[in-house]
Amino acid sequence: MSEPAPTGELKRTPLHALHLRLGGRMVPFAGYDMPVQYASGIIKEHLHTRAAAGLFDVSHMGQIALRPRSGRVVDAAQALEALLPGDILGVAAGRQRYAVLTNSAGGILDDLMVSNHGDHLMLVVNAARKAFDESHLRSHLSQSCVVEPLNDRALLALQGPLAEAVLAPFARDVQALRFMDAGVVTLMGATCFVSRSGYTGEDGFEISVPAEAAEPLWNALLRNPAVAPVGLGARDSLRLEAGLCLYGADLDETTTPVEAALEWTIGKARRPGGERAGGFPGAEVILGQLPPPYPPPHAGEGRVGITRLRVGLRPEGRAPVRAGAPVFRNEGDAAPVGVVTSGGFAVSLNLPVAMGYVPPDAAAPSTRVFTELRGRRLGLIVSKLPFVPARYKHR
Amino acid sequence: MLKFTKDHEWLRMDGDIATVGITAFAQEKLGDLVFVELPSVGATFAKGAVAATVESVKAAADVYAPVAGEVIAVNDKLAEQPGLVNGEPTGEGWLFKMKPADVAEVDALLDEKAYDALTAAESQ
Repeated sequence: MSEPAPTGELKRTPLHALHLRLGGRMVPFAGYDMPVQYASGIIKEHLHTRAAAGLFDVSHMGQIALRPRSGRVVDAAQALEALLPGDILGVAAGRQRYAVLTNSAGGILDDLMVSNHGDHLMLVVNAARKAFDESHLRSHLSQSCVVEPLNDRALLALQGPLAEAVLAPFARDVQALRFMDAGVVTLMGATCFVSRSGYTGEDGFEISVPAEAAEPLWNALLRNPAVAPVGLGARDSLRLEAGLCLYGADLDETTTPVEAALEWTIGKARRPGGERAGGFPGAEVILGQLPPPYPPPHAGEGRVGITRLRVGLRPEGRAPVRAGAPVFRNEGDAAPVGVVTSGGFAVSLNLPVAMGYVPPDAAAPSTRVFTELRGRRLGLIVSKLPFVPARYKHR
Repeated sequence: MLKFTKDHEWLRMDGDIATVGITAFAQEKLGDLVFVELPSVGATFAKGAVAATVESVKAAADVYAPVAGEVIAVNDKLAEQPGLVNGEPTGEGWLFKMKPADVAEVDALLDEKAYDALTAAESQ
Protein backbone atom coordinates (compact mmCIF):
# COMPACT_ATOMS: atom_id res chain seq x y z
CA MET A 1 0.00 0.00 0.00
CA SER A 2 1.02 3.54 -0.48
CA GLU A 3 0.33 7.02 0.81
CA PRO A 4 -2.48 9.16 -0.58
CA ALA A 5 -1.61 11.37 -3.53
CA PRO A 6 -4.86 13.18 -4.33
CA THR A 7 -4.86 14.81 -7.73
CA GLY A 8 -7.93 16.30 -9.35
CA GLU A 9 -10.75 13.92 -10.15
CA LEU A 10 -10.70 10.78 -8.05
CA LYS A 11 -10.80 7.44 -9.82
CA ARG A 12 -13.23 4.72 -8.85
CA THR A 13 -12.78 0.97 -8.59
CA PRO A 14 -15.40 -1.36 -10.14
CA LEU A 15 -16.82 -1.80 -6.62
CA HIS A 16 -17.26 1.91 -5.84
CA ALA A 17 -21.07 1.89 -5.91
CA LEU A 18 -21.09 -1.14 -3.64
CA HIS A 19 -18.95 0.63 -1.06
CA LEU A 20 -21.44 3.48 -0.98
CA ARG A 21 -24.33 1.04 -0.54
CA LEU A 22 -22.46 -0.68 2.31
CA GLY A 23 -22.04 2.65 4.14
CA GLY A 24 -18.36 2.98 3.33
CA ARG A 25 -16.75 6.22 4.45
CA MET A 26 -14.96 7.30 1.31
CA VAL A 27 -11.60 9.07 1.36
CA PRO A 28 -9.05 9.95 -1.32
CA PHE A 29 -6.25 7.39 -1.45
CA ALA A 30 -3.57 7.33 -4.15
CA GLY A 31 -5.93 9.09 -6.54
CA TYR A 32 -8.88 6.77 -5.83
CA ASP A 33 -12.07 7.33 -3.86
CA MET A 34 -11.74 4.43 -1.40
CA PRO A 35 -13.55 3.22 1.75
CA VAL A 36 -11.45 3.90 4.86
CA GLN A 37 -14.07 2.03 6.91
CA TYR A 38 -17.65 0.80 6.82
CA ALA A 39 -20.37 1.39 9.41
CA SER A 40 -18.92 -1.05 11.96
CA GLY A 41 -15.66 0.90 12.26
CA ILE A 42 -11.94 0.15 12.11
CA ILE A 43 -11.66 -1.72 15.42
CA LYS A 44 -14.43 -4.23 14.60
CA GLU A 45 -13.19 -4.64 11.03
CA HIS A 46 -9.65 -5.28 12.24
CA LEU A 47 -10.71 -7.84 14.87
CA HIS A 48 -13.11 -9.52 12.46
CA THR A 49 -10.27 -10.08 9.99
CA ARG A 50 -8.13 -11.72 12.68
CA ALA A 51 -11.06 -13.84 13.95
CA ALA A 52 -12.98 -14.77 10.79
CA ALA A 53 -12.60 -13.27 7.30
CA GLY A 54 -12.32 -9.71 6.04
CA LEU A 55 -13.09 -8.75 2.44
CA PHE A 56 -11.06 -5.86 1.01
CA ASP A 57 -11.31 -4.01 -2.29
CA VAL A 58 -7.71 -3.41 -3.37
CA SER A 59 -8.55 -2.76 -7.01
CA HIS A 60 -6.68 0.54 -6.85
CA MET A 61 -3.44 -1.44 -6.91
CA GLY A 62 -1.79 -1.96 -10.26
CA GLN A 63 -1.98 -5.35 -11.98
CA ILE A 64 0.54 -5.67 -14.78
CA ALA A 65 1.16 -8.66 -17.04
CA LEU A 66 4.73 -9.04 -18.27
CA ARG A 67 4.55 -11.11 -21.46
CA PRO A 68 7.83 -12.34 -22.97
CA ARG A 69 8.02 -11.70 -26.73
CA SER A 70 9.79 -15.05 -27.05
CA GLY A 71 6.88 -16.84 -25.38
CA ARG A 72 9.31 -18.23 -22.79
CA VAL A 73 8.59 -17.04 -19.27
CA VAL A 74 12.25 -17.35 -18.30
CA ASP A 75 12.98 -14.48 -20.68
CA ALA A 76 10.53 -12.26 -18.80
CA ALA A 77 12.03 -13.37 -15.48
CA GLN A 78 15.55 -12.68 -16.69
CA ALA A 79 14.52 -9.25 -18.01
CA LEU A 80 12.82 -8.34 -14.73
CA GLU A 81 15.88 -9.40 -12.74
CA ALA A 82 17.72 -6.46 -14.36
CA LEU A 83 15.42 -4.13 -12.37
CA LEU A 84 15.35 -5.79 -8.95
CA PRO A 85 17.49 -7.93 -6.62
CA GLY A 86 14.98 -10.75 -6.28
CA ASP A 87 15.48 -14.27 -7.64
CA ILE A 88 12.70 -14.19 -10.24
CA LEU A 89 14.07 -17.06 -12.33
CA GLY A 90 13.63 -19.09 -9.16
CA VAL A 91 9.89 -18.39 -9.03
CA ALA A 92 8.36 -21.61 -10.35
CA ALA A 93 5.15 -21.67 -12.35
CA GLY A 94 2.29 -21.30 -9.90
CA ARG A 95 4.38 -19.46 -7.33
CA GLN A 96 4.58 -15.84 -6.21
CA ARG A 97 7.33 -13.79 -4.56
CA TYR A 98 7.63 -10.38 -2.85
CA ALA A 99 10.24 -8.11 -4.43
CA VAL A 100 11.46 -4.51 -4.57
CA LEU A 101 12.37 -2.45 -7.64
CA THR A 102 15.56 -0.50 -7.03
CA ASN A 103 17.31 2.59 -8.44
CA SER A 104 20.99 3.13 -9.15
CA ALA A 105 21.57 4.47 -5.63
CA GLY A 106 20.13 1.27 -4.16
CA GLY A 107 16.88 2.98 -3.12
CA ILE A 108 13.50 1.31 -3.42
CA LEU A 109 11.28 2.48 -6.29
CA ASP A 110 8.36 0.26 -5.29
CA ASP A 111 7.57 -2.99 -3.55
CA LEU A 112 5.51 -5.55 -5.44
CA MET A 113 4.36 -9.14 -5.86
CA VAL A 114 5.60 -11.17 -8.82
CA SER A 115 3.89 -14.41 -9.83
CA ASN A 116 4.72 -16.90 -12.54
CA HIS A 117 1.73 -17.85 -14.70
CA GLY A 118 3.58 -20.36 -16.85
CA ASP A 119 3.87 -18.27 -20.00
CA HIS A 120 4.03 -14.79 -18.45
CA LEU A 121 4.62 -12.98 -15.17
CA MET A 122 1.99 -11.04 -13.22
CA LEU A 123 2.96 -8.08 -11.07
CA VAL A 124 0.87 -6.39 -8.39
CA VAL A 125 2.21 -2.92 -7.59
CA ASN A 126 1.24 0.00 -5.36
CA ALA A 127 -1.58 2.27 -6.52
CA ALA A 128 0.46 5.45 -6.12
CA ARG A 129 3.36 3.92 -8.07
CA LYS A 130 1.59 2.14 -10.90
CA ALA A 131 1.96 4.87 -13.53
CA PHE A 132 5.65 5.18 -12.68
CA ASP A 133 6.16 1.42 -12.61
CA GLU A 134 4.47 0.93 -15.97
CA SER A 135 6.68 3.47 -17.67
CA HIS A 136 9.76 2.19 -15.83
CA LEU A 137 9.05 -1.38 -16.97
CA ARG A 138 8.28 -0.25 -20.53
CA SER A 139 11.42 1.82 -20.88
CA HIS A 140 13.66 -0.99 -19.65
CA LEU A 141 11.92 -4.19 -20.72
CA SER A 142 10.10 -3.42 -23.98
CA GLN A 143 12.70 -5.18 -26.07
CA SER A 144 12.00 -8.53 -24.47
CA CYS A 145 8.51 -8.11 -23.02
CA VAL A 146 5.09 -6.61 -23.61
CA VAL A 147 4.11 -4.62 -20.53
CA GLU A 148 0.35 -4.93 -20.27
CA PRO A 149 -1.55 -3.13 -17.49
CA LEU A 150 -4.68 -5.13 -16.66
CA ASN A 151 -6.97 -2.15 -16.15
CA ASP A 152 -10.08 -4.25 -16.73
CA ARG A 153 -9.62 -6.34 -13.60
CA ALA A 154 -10.58 -5.72 -9.99
CA LEU A 155 -8.54 -7.08 -7.08
CA LEU A 156 -10.19 -8.44 -3.94
CA ALA A 157 -8.42 -9.63 -0.81
CA LEU A 158 -10.11 -12.20 1.42
CA GLN A 159 -8.11 -12.40 4.63
CA GLY A 160 -8.43 -14.27 7.89
CA PRO A 161 -8.51 -17.74 9.45
CA LEU A 162 -11.85 -18.56 7.77
CA ALA A 163 -10.81 -17.36 4.32
CA GLU A 164 -10.24 -20.88 2.99
CA ALA A 165 -13.56 -22.16 4.35
CA VAL A 166 -15.30 -19.20 2.69
CA LEU A 167 -13.66 -19.54 -0.71
CA ALA A 168 -13.55 -23.34 -0.99
CA PRO A 169 -17.26 -23.79 -1.89
CA PHE A 170 -16.64 -21.61 -4.98
CA ALA A 171 -13.64 -23.64 -6.14
CA ARG A 172 -12.31 -26.65 -4.27
CA ASP A 173 -8.89 -26.20 -5.86
CA VAL A 174 -8.10 -23.21 -3.63
CA GLN A 175 -7.68 -25.62 -0.71
CA ALA A 176 -4.58 -27.05 -2.36
CA LEU A 177 -2.87 -23.63 -2.52
CA ARG A 178 -0.15 -22.97 0.02
CA PHE A 179 1.19 -19.55 1.06
CA MET A 180 2.45 -17.73 -2.05
CA ASP A 181 1.00 -20.22 -4.53
CA ALA A 182 -0.78 -18.50 -7.42
CA GLY A 183 -2.84 -19.70 -10.34
CA VAL A 184 -5.93 -19.45 -12.48
CA VAL A 185 -9.13 -20.37 -10.67
CA THR A 186 -12.66 -20.17 -12.05
CA LEU A 187 -14.95 -18.42 -9.57
CA MET A 188 -18.66 -18.11 -10.49
CA GLY A 189 -17.75 -18.68 -14.11
CA ALA A 190 -15.16 -15.90 -14.18
CA THR A 191 -11.50 -16.54 -14.90
CA CYS A 192 -9.66 -15.30 -11.82
CA PHE A 193 -6.01 -15.19 -10.81
CA VAL A 194 -5.88 -16.32 -7.21
CA SER A 195 -2.85 -16.20 -4.96
CA ARG A 196 -2.67 -17.44 -1.39
CA SER A 197 -1.29 -14.23 0.02
CA GLY A 198 -2.28 -10.84 1.33
CA TYR A 199 -1.03 -8.01 3.45
CA THR A 200 -2.54 -8.60 6.88
CA GLY A 201 -0.36 -11.38 8.33
CA GLU A 202 -3.34 -13.74 8.07
CA ASP A 203 -3.93 -16.69 5.81
CA GLY A 204 -6.02 -15.62 2.85
CA PHE A 205 -6.31 -14.96 -0.83
CA GLU A 206 -5.89 -12.15 -3.29
CA ILE A 207 -8.32 -12.55 -6.18
CA SER A 208 -7.86 -10.79 -9.50
CA VAL A 209 -11.28 -10.84 -11.14
CA PRO A 210 -12.61 -9.34 -14.40
CA ALA A 211 -14.20 -5.97 -13.55
CA GLU A 212 -17.69 -7.04 -14.66
CA ALA A 213 -17.57 -10.13 -12.44
CA ALA A 214 -16.25 -8.30 -9.36
CA GLU A 215 -19.57 -7.20 -7.91
CA PRO A 216 -21.31 -10.60 -8.11
CA LEU A 217 -18.26 -12.27 -6.57
CA TRP A 218 -17.99 -9.66 -3.80
CA ASN A 219 -21.69 -10.06 -3.00
CA ALA A 220 -21.51 -13.85 -3.04
CA LEU A 221 -18.54 -13.86 -0.65
CA LEU A 222 -20.26 -11.36 1.60
CA ARG A 223 -23.34 -13.59 1.84
CA ASN A 224 -21.27 -15.89 4.05
CA PRO A 225 -21.81 -14.63 7.63
CA ALA A 226 -18.11 -15.20 8.37
CA VAL A 227 -17.25 -12.39 5.94
CA ALA A 228 -17.36 -8.64 6.64
CA PRO A 229 -16.21 -5.81 4.38
CA VAL A 230 -13.05 -4.12 5.64
CA GLY A 231 -11.73 -0.70 4.63
CA LEU A 232 -8.28 0.76 4.20
CA GLY A 233 -8.12 1.92 7.83
CA ALA A 234 -8.07 -1.62 9.18
CA ARG A 235 -5.90 -2.74 6.27
CA ASP A 236 -3.30 -0.27 7.56
CA SER A 237 -3.57 -1.32 11.23
CA LEU A 238 -3.43 -5.01 10.23
CA ARG A 239 -0.33 -4.60 8.07
CA LEU A 240 1.39 -2.55 10.79
CA GLU A 241 0.79 -5.32 13.35
CA ALA A 242 2.15 -7.77 10.79
CA GLY A 243 5.31 -5.63 10.44
CA LEU A 244 4.70 -5.11 6.71
CA CYS A 245 5.98 -2.02 4.95
CA LEU A 246 3.92 0.81 3.47
CA TYR A 247 5.57 2.32 0.40
CA GLY A 248 5.91 6.09 0.75
CA ALA A 249 6.09 5.76 4.54
CA ASP A 250 8.43 2.92 5.52
CA LEU A 251 10.06 2.64 2.11
CA ASP A 252 11.05 5.24 -0.44
CA GLU A 253 13.65 6.02 -3.09
CA THR A 254 16.29 6.76 -0.44
CA THR A 255 15.81 3.51 1.53
CA THR A 256 17.82 0.45 0.54
CA PRO A 257 16.43 -3.07 1.01
CA VAL A 258 19.10 -3.72 3.66
CA GLU A 259 18.21 -0.59 5.65
CA ALA A 260 14.55 -1.60 5.37
CA ALA A 261 15.35 -5.06 6.79
CA LEU A 262 14.13 -6.53 3.50
CA GLU A 263 17.42 -8.22 2.56
CA TRP A 264 15.50 -11.50 2.54
CA THR A 265 14.08 -10.30 -0.81
CA ILE A 266 17.61 -10.47 -2.27
CA GLY A 267 17.86 -13.94 -3.75
CA LYS A 268 20.89 -16.11 -2.96
CA ALA A 269 21.54 -16.31 -6.71
CA ARG A 270 21.79 -12.52 -6.85
CA ARG A 271 24.27 -12.21 -3.96
CA PRO A 272 28.06 -12.30 -4.16
CA GLY A 273 29.08 -15.79 -5.24
CA GLY A 274 25.61 -16.53 -6.62
CA GLU A 275 24.90 -17.73 -10.17
CA ARG A 276 23.53 -14.33 -11.20
CA ALA A 277 25.20 -12.07 -8.65
CA GLY A 278 24.41 -8.37 -9.03
CA GLY A 279 23.13 -7.05 -12.33
CA PHE A 280 20.36 -4.90 -10.85
CA PRO A 281 20.24 -1.13 -10.22
CA GLY A 282 22.19 -0.15 -7.12
CA ALA A 283 23.77 -3.61 -6.80
CA GLU A 284 27.10 -2.26 -5.59
CA VAL A 285 25.46 -0.26 -2.82
CA ILE A 286 23.00 -2.94 -1.78
CA LEU A 287 25.30 -5.97 -1.94
CA GLY A 288 27.97 -3.94 -0.14
CA GLN A 289 25.59 -3.58 2.80
CA LEU A 290 24.89 -7.29 3.15
CA PRO A 291 26.31 -9.10 6.13
CA PRO A 292 28.67 -12.03 5.65
CA PRO A 293 26.58 -15.18 5.11
CA TYR A 294 27.46 -16.86 8.43
CA PRO A 295 26.46 -16.65 11.20
CA PRO A 296 22.97 -15.36 10.43
CA PRO A 297 22.66 -11.73 11.49
CA HIS A 298 20.55 -10.39 14.30
CA ALA A 299 18.93 -6.97 14.22
CA GLY A 300 21.54 -4.36 13.42
CA GLU A 301 24.44 -6.79 13.55
CA GLY A 302 26.58 -7.71 10.64
CA ARG A 303 25.13 -5.31 8.11
CA VAL A 304 27.92 -3.23 6.67
CA GLY A 305 28.04 0.52 6.35
CA ILE A 306 24.39 1.28 6.95
CA THR A 307 23.44 4.20 9.16
CA ARG A 308 19.85 3.21 9.85
CA LEU A 309 17.69 0.12 10.12
CA ARG A 310 13.94 -0.40 10.15
CA VAL A 311 12.73 -1.77 13.48
CA GLY A 312 9.52 -2.26 15.44
CA LEU A 313 8.88 0.27 18.23
CA ARG A 314 6.51 -0.03 21.18
CA PRO A 315 5.66 3.32 22.77
CA GLU A 316 5.55 3.25 26.57
CA GLY A 317 2.06 3.97 27.81
CA ARG A 318 -1.05 4.03 25.68
CA ALA A 319 -0.61 7.08 23.45
CA PRO A 320 -0.05 6.27 19.77
CA VAL A 321 3.07 7.74 18.17
CA ARG A 322 2.53 8.72 14.55
CA ALA A 323 4.62 8.72 11.39
CA GLY A 324 7.07 11.60 11.30
CA ALA A 325 7.79 11.61 15.05
CA PRO A 326 11.52 12.03 15.76
CA VAL A 327 13.59 9.33 17.47
CA PHE A 328 16.26 10.33 20.01
CA ARG A 329 18.95 8.05 21.39
CA ASN A 330 18.83 9.53 24.89
CA GLU A 331 16.00 11.21 26.72
CA GLY A 332 17.77 14.59 26.85
CA ASP A 333 19.23 14.66 23.32
CA ALA A 334 18.42 17.64 21.14
CA ALA A 335 19.24 16.04 17.78
CA PRO A 336 17.14 13.15 16.51
CA VAL A 337 18.93 10.02 15.24
CA GLY A 338 15.91 8.42 13.61
CA VAL A 339 12.27 8.76 12.69
CA VAL A 340 8.97 6.92 13.07
CA THR A 341 7.68 5.95 9.62
CA SER A 342 4.43 4.16 10.55
CA GLY A 343 2.64 4.51 13.82
CA GLY A 344 -0.77 3.79 15.21
CA PHE A 345 -2.70 1.36 17.28
CA ALA A 346 -2.32 -2.42 17.31
CA VAL A 347 -6.00 -3.23 17.73
CA SER A 348 -5.35 -6.95 18.37
CA LEU A 349 -2.87 -6.13 21.16
CA ASN A 350 -4.83 -3.11 22.44
CA LEU A 351 -1.53 -1.18 22.49
CA PRO A 352 0.17 1.48 20.39
CA VAL A 353 2.86 0.22 18.01
CA ALA A 354 5.11 1.82 15.42
CA MET A 355 7.90 1.13 12.95
CA GLY A 356 10.76 3.42 12.20
CA TYR A 357 14.43 3.82 11.45
CA VAL A 358 17.14 3.89 14.14
CA PRO A 359 20.95 3.67 14.01
CA PRO A 360 22.10 0.03 13.79
CA ASP A 361 23.66 0.18 17.26
CA ALA A 362 20.25 1.08 18.70
CA ALA A 363 18.38 -1.61 16.75
CA ALA A 364 18.68 -4.56 19.13
CA PRO A 365 15.34 -5.64 20.64
CA SER A 366 14.66 -4.11 24.10
CA THR A 367 16.80 -1.04 23.38
CA ARG A 368 15.07 2.02 24.82
CA VAL A 369 15.02 5.10 22.60
CA PHE A 370 12.83 8.19 22.84
CA THR A 371 10.42 10.27 20.86
CA GLU A 372 8.73 13.57 21.51
CA LEU A 373 4.98 13.66 21.90
CA ARG A 374 3.13 16.91 22.59
CA GLY A 375 6.27 18.52 23.98
CA ARG A 376 7.26 15.59 26.23
CA ARG A 377 9.85 12.85 25.79
CA LEU A 378 8.37 9.36 25.62
CA GLY A 379 10.21 6.01 25.71
CA LEU A 380 10.04 3.67 22.71
CA ILE A 381 11.15 0.05 23.11
CA VAL A 382 12.75 -1.52 20.04
CA SER A 383 10.76 -4.67 19.36
CA LYS A 384 10.91 -7.67 17.08
CA LEU A 385 8.62 -7.65 14.06
CA PRO A 386 5.96 -8.72 13.49
CA PHE A 387 4.03 -7.50 16.52
CA VAL A 388 1.37 -10.15 15.83
CA PRO A 389 2.66 -13.51 14.54
CA ALA A 390 1.82 -14.32 10.93
CA ARG A 391 -0.57 -17.21 10.33
CA TYR A 392 0.23 -18.08 6.73
CA LYS A 393 -0.61 -21.57 5.52
CA HIS A 394 2.74 -23.05 4.56
CA ARG A 395 1.55 -26.63 4.09
CA MET B 1 -28.93 22.66 27.62
CA LEU B 2 -25.89 21.97 25.47
CA LYS B 3 -23.74 24.69 23.96
CA PHE B 4 -21.31 24.06 21.12
CA THR B 5 -18.14 25.40 19.50
CA LYS B 6 -17.38 25.48 15.79
CA ASP B 7 -14.51 23.08 16.60
CA HIS B 8 -17.03 20.43 17.69
CA GLU B 9 -16.77 20.57 21.46
CA TRP B 10 -19.93 20.61 23.56
CA LEU B 11 -20.40 22.21 26.97
CA ARG B 12 -23.16 21.77 29.56
CA MET B 13 -23.55 24.05 32.59
CA ASP B 14 -24.64 22.63 35.95
CA GLY B 15 -24.65 25.53 38.40
CA ASP B 16 -21.30 27.23 37.79
CA ILE B 17 -19.57 24.06 36.54
CA ALA B 18 -19.19 23.29 32.84
CA THR B 19 -18.88 19.69 31.59
CA VAL B 20 -17.02 19.45 28.26
CA GLY B 21 -16.80 16.77 25.58
CA ILE B 22 -16.67 16.28 21.83
CA THR B 23 -19.83 16.10 19.76
CA ALA B 24 -21.45 13.08 18.15
CA PHE B 25 -20.50 14.62 14.81
CA ALA B 26 -16.83 14.87 15.87
CA GLN B 27 -16.57 11.30 17.18
CA GLU B 28 -18.24 10.01 14.03
CA LYS B 29 -15.68 11.85 11.89
CA LEU B 30 -12.76 10.57 13.97
CA GLY B 31 -13.89 6.96 14.10
CA ASP B 32 -13.05 4.50 16.89
CA LEU B 33 -11.04 6.23 19.62
CA VAL B 34 -8.13 4.33 21.15
CA PHE B 35 -6.59 6.97 23.43
CA VAL B 36 -7.67 10.13 25.24
CA GLU B 37 -5.17 12.49 26.88
CA LEU B 38 -6.87 14.62 29.52
CA PRO B 39 -5.68 17.76 31.29
CA SER B 40 -4.50 17.82 34.92
CA VAL B 41 -7.02 18.85 37.54
CA GLY B 42 -6.15 22.42 38.51
CA ALA B 43 -4.83 23.36 35.08
CA THR B 44 -6.15 26.61 33.66
CA PHE B 45 -6.78 27.27 30.00
CA ALA B 46 -7.48 30.28 27.85
CA LYS B 47 -10.49 29.99 25.57
CA GLY B 48 -9.40 28.02 22.50
CA ALA B 49 -6.24 26.56 24.09
CA VAL B 50 -5.54 22.85 23.58
CA ALA B 51 -6.94 21.16 26.68
CA ALA B 52 -7.09 17.48 25.61
CA THR B 53 -6.20 15.16 22.73
CA VAL B 54 -8.33 12.37 21.34
CA GLU B 55 -6.79 9.71 19.11
CA SER B 56 -8.47 7.29 16.78
CA VAL B 57 -6.80 4.32 15.10
CA LYS B 58 -5.94 6.66 12.22
CA ALA B 59 -5.22 10.09 13.68
CA ALA B 60 -4.96 12.47 16.62
CA ALA B 61 -7.18 15.52 17.17
CA ASP B 62 -6.89 18.38 19.64
CA VAL B 63 -9.75 19.34 21.91
CA TYR B 64 -9.92 23.05 22.72
CA ALA B 65 -11.16 24.67 25.90
CA PRO B 66 -14.55 26.08 24.82
CA VAL B 67 -14.21 28.87 27.38
CA ALA B 68 -11.45 30.10 29.68
CA GLY B 69 -11.33 28.45 33.08
CA GLU B 70 -9.89 25.95 35.54
CA VAL B 71 -10.19 22.18 35.22
CA ILE B 72 -11.82 20.71 38.33
CA ALA B 73 -12.36 17.09 37.26
CA VAL B 74 -11.49 14.69 34.43
CA ASN B 75 -13.22 11.52 33.26
CA ASP B 76 -10.79 8.85 34.47
CA LYS B 77 -12.86 6.06 32.90
CA LEU B 78 -11.58 7.10 29.48
CA ALA B 79 -8.07 5.81 30.23
CA GLU B 80 -9.42 2.25 30.06
CA GLN B 81 -12.45 2.89 27.87
CA PRO B 82 -11.75 5.58 25.27
CA GLY B 83 -14.60 4.05 23.24
CA LEU B 84 -17.09 5.66 25.67
CA VAL B 85 -16.54 8.85 23.68
CA ASN B 86 -17.81 7.06 20.57
CA GLY B 87 -20.70 5.35 22.34
CA GLU B 88 -21.98 8.23 24.46
CA PRO B 89 -20.21 11.41 23.38
CA THR B 90 -22.49 13.73 25.38
CA GLY B 91 -23.01 11.31 28.29
CA GLU B 92 -20.53 8.84 29.80
CA GLY B 93 -17.98 9.97 27.24
CA TRP B 94 -17.50 13.46 28.71
CA LEU B 95 -13.87 14.61 28.90
CA PHE B 96 -13.45 17.15 31.71
CA LYS B 97 -15.27 19.61 33.95
CA MET B 98 -14.17 23.18 34.32
CA LYS B 99 -15.08 26.32 36.20
CA PRO B 100 -15.51 29.05 33.58
CA ALA B 101 -13.68 32.28 34.31
CA ASP B 102 -16.42 34.31 32.63
CA VAL B 103 -19.93 32.95 32.21
CA ALA B 104 -20.56 35.45 29.42
CA GLU B 105 -18.23 33.30 27.27
CA VAL B 106 -20.61 30.37 27.75
CA ASP B 107 -23.58 32.42 26.60
CA ALA B 108 -21.69 33.38 23.47
CA LEU B 109 -21.25 29.74 22.33
CA LEU B 110 -23.40 28.21 19.59
CA ASP B 111 -26.78 26.81 20.48
CA GLU B 112 -27.93 23.45 19.12
CA LYS B 113 -29.69 24.94 16.11
CA ALA B 114 -26.65 26.98 15.06
CA TYR B 115 -24.38 23.95 15.56
CA ASP B 116 -26.64 21.68 13.52
CA ALA B 117 -26.54 24.20 10.70
CA LEU B 118 -22.75 24.22 10.90
CA THR B 119 -22.42 20.43 10.72
CA ALA B 120 -25.00 20.23 7.94
CA ALA B 121 -22.84 22.65 5.94
CA GLU B 122 -19.65 20.67 6.75
CA SER B 123 -21.27 17.44 5.63
CA GLN B 124 -21.92 18.83 2.17
